Amino acid sequence: MSVDAPEPPVIAFERVSKSFTRPDGGAFEAVRDLSFTIARGELVAILGKTGCGKSTTFNLISGLLRPSSGRVAVEGHDPFVEFDWFRGKIGIVFQNDRLMPWRGALDNVALGLELNKVGREERLAVARAWLGKLGLAGHEHDFPHALSGGMRQRVSIARAFAGKPDLLLCDEPFSALDEHTGNALRDEFRELLRETGATAIFITHSIEEALRLGGRLIVFERPARIAYEARSLAGLSDGEREAVRAGIRQVLAADAAA
Amino acid sequence: MTATTANRGLRLFGRDIRLEGVFALVGLAVVWQVVSFFTPDYLFPSVPQIATRFVEIFSSWKTSHDAVATGLRILAGLTGAFVFGSILAMLMARSDAFERYCFPLLNFNQGIPALSWVVISIIWFRGIEFRIFFIMVMTTLPAFAFQVLDSYRSMSKDLFEMTLAFRPSRWDLFRTLIWPTVLPGILTAWKVNLGNASRVVVVAELVGATGGVGYELLQQQQIFDMAGAIAWTIVLVAFVLVVQGIIGAIEAHALRYRPAAERTL
Repeated sequence: MSVDAPEPPVIAFERVSKSFTRPDGGAFEAVRDLSFTIARGELVAILGKTGCGKSTTFNLISGLLRPSSGRVAVEGHDPFVEFDWFRGKIGIVFQNDRLMPWRGALDNVALGLELNKVGREERLAVARAWLGKLGLAGHEHDFPHALSGGMRQRVSIARAFAGKPDLLLCDEPFSALDEHTGNALRDEFRELLRETGATAIFITHSIEEALRLGGRLIVFERPARIAYEARSLAGLSDGEREAVRAGIRQVLAADAAA
Repeated sequence: MTATTANRGLRLFGRDIRLEGVFALVGLAVVWQVVSFFTPDYLFPSVPQIATRFVEIFSSWKTSHDAVATGLRILAGLTGAFVFGSILAMLMARSDAFERYCFPLLNFNQGIPALSWVVISIIWFRGIEFRIFFIMVMTTLPAFAFQVLDSYRSMSKDLFEMTLAFRPSRWDLFRTLIWPTVLPGILTAWKVNLGNASRVVVVAELVGATGGVGYELLQQQQIFDMAGAIAWTIVLVAFVLVVQGIIGAIEAHALRYRPAAERTL
């Protein structure tokens, strides 16, 4: 009888710290001794106040920053040192849409595929399909300035999903949108995650957004450390949700007071 | 009524040419013609005399060659300055140490008059074409370097990080992000430098060449032929306008993604 070894985590932080040098020469500690793991297929919302190191953590995972100490591993590889290994494996949705203004919607969606050397016909077909899926059929050749904020963010979501990434990183992607559009996009996003089975990290400063996503929840305190964690928000009763909400508020209030 | 007037125009190289500009030039020609009735030909030759001399320039192989030569010298000099200036800009963008040495030298160069480069090149070099190329490059290189560097530095950090997250190769990063970012600055540099180059090339040819618009202007001055001088000047202006039109057409196509505001300041 054989026993299957547990699958290694997709993301592993081992006592990671990250400091920056201030203009006056002093040090600013954004992340301190942070450790956590994320398993394949998990949806994890990281919540915290502005300036608590959420985006620094995001950049450490995406390989845009190198940790000052500790170890970051994504799929067992160092995202900063083995930068090119991750080509086509990570999709990112940013707070603002970050569309290239000189590219039409179709070409923006196809960008990741183009950089991953997917042939022109194939990448345009995939991009067109994703635009259609997100309700943007007929806008393929519109430049970003001709699209509304919600449409632009849909294009950026399509761009992130088009490359079929194993890991999706989302940095407050709906915070700049009105409530109705944000809720609609959030629901679409969750549905797309369910369809693709990708592992996702969703950074947010909104308690309601984190609860609505329904996955695991991690709350950061300054500098980025885990102060509260709820393993699964899916299927919680109203009372349980209220308890989680109260727990988060307590941590955030304590962080603000500190 | 106002809207109708504003929309009235011609299209040239894909750009709208306002009729007001055409009317202004025609008005200048009319005033010149009227003045020519009351002044000697060596001061204000008539418009038909100037037009005749202009046509004569392109009727003779030798003078046509001079006109074309000047145009090619301008384009060659600007291309050289653009290539060298872009290389310097990229090196400065990549290395702070290089910038600390290069930037002051380019600033120093900007203070050197074109005429000094003419004298220096005549003393240093034997070949006429290389002399003019050298003068053109030295006088227009700083503007290209500064403009390209400035465009590169103005690149959006957000877009840079977004593109980098896809792990592009260096060439792909250049092709998909850097080139579209610096292109508006490059086109502006070409437009600005074109006017400078047309002035510098005339000085260079006037002093150090045996052909070209500058050389021909010197000939007209020696025989007091104002119609010829004006005709040669118009040749140079026409060349600059045509190249500006081409740059404008490229700009209109390449930067068509930019939104146009309906209300202006």
